[in-house]
Amino acid sequence: MQNGDYPLKKVCIICAKGTIEDVYAALIMANGAVMEGLEAKLFFTFFGLDAITKSQMDKLRTSTVGNPALRMPGGLPFPTILGLLPGVEAGVSTMMKSQMDKLDIPPVKEFLEMIVAGGGEIFACKLAADMFKLKKEDLTEEVIDIITVGRFYEMAGGQGTQIIFV
Amino acid sequence: MAEKLLAGVAVKVNAEGYFEDPMQWTKEMAIEMAADYNISLTDKHFSVLEFLRNKQLAGEQLTIRRVGNSGITDIKEFYQLFPGGPLKISSKLAGIPKPSSCV
Repeated sequence: MQNGDYPLKKVCIICAKGTIEDVYAALIMANGAVMEGLEAKLFFTFFGLDAITKSQMDKLRTSTVGNPALRMPGGLPFPTILGLLPGVEAGVSTMMKSQMDKLDIPPVKEFLEMIVAGGGEIFACKLAADMFKLKKEDLTEEVIDIITVGRFYEMAGGQGTQIIFV
Repeated sequence: MAEKLLAGVAVKVNAEGYFEDPMQWTKEMAIEMAADYNISLTDKHFSVLEFLRNKQLAGEQLTIRRVGNSGITDIKEFYQLFPGGPLKISSKLAGIPKPSSCV
């Protein structure tokens, strides 16, 4: 069987976490899909909602505590105890964002705009939005709607569809 | 390496149909290739193709975002100009290598 026999047509991507790396993994997967001419639906839930919440989306951070893959600029391991100090997490996050900017990876808001411009669709999870007391107006305008998990599965129908959980 | 006859010229292309030598490219070839995608090229299309060729020649990484910031078109229109994979299709029509960027 060849890859081309059953080509991928649609991806439904769930982003459940709010760190820079998790949110960007989901955004890059979704944007990459529309770039390839695939249908893409992006569904944010739990802490992933930060990425589409107006007041939080520009302030995403990466964790400097309990992250064994984090290294100092020279490549030495990043001591977890350093990550506890005030300002360190913000500094590391700023550095990460500037590295991404060099690769032409846009800020979250612009990335969402790019995905929507390419025909991608953005949704928020109803249960998580209720839990965090978020309403549609708290979310960025790229979000089409706040939907239930059932509605999400309805959208995931069709041959050549994959669900990706970040 | 394969050869493809475009606008009466044998053009060196790779397995996916991208030009091996961007210097072989002419506008007539772009028009002929665009027909495979059911696109009839307008001045706007050609402005995008020329932008991509210039950037590629200058050794710059090509991304959707860069095309969107080019002043020629925005991202939404870029998708409409080259439906079904704008950066890949426009790069092929522009006679330049397949873009290697993930954004």
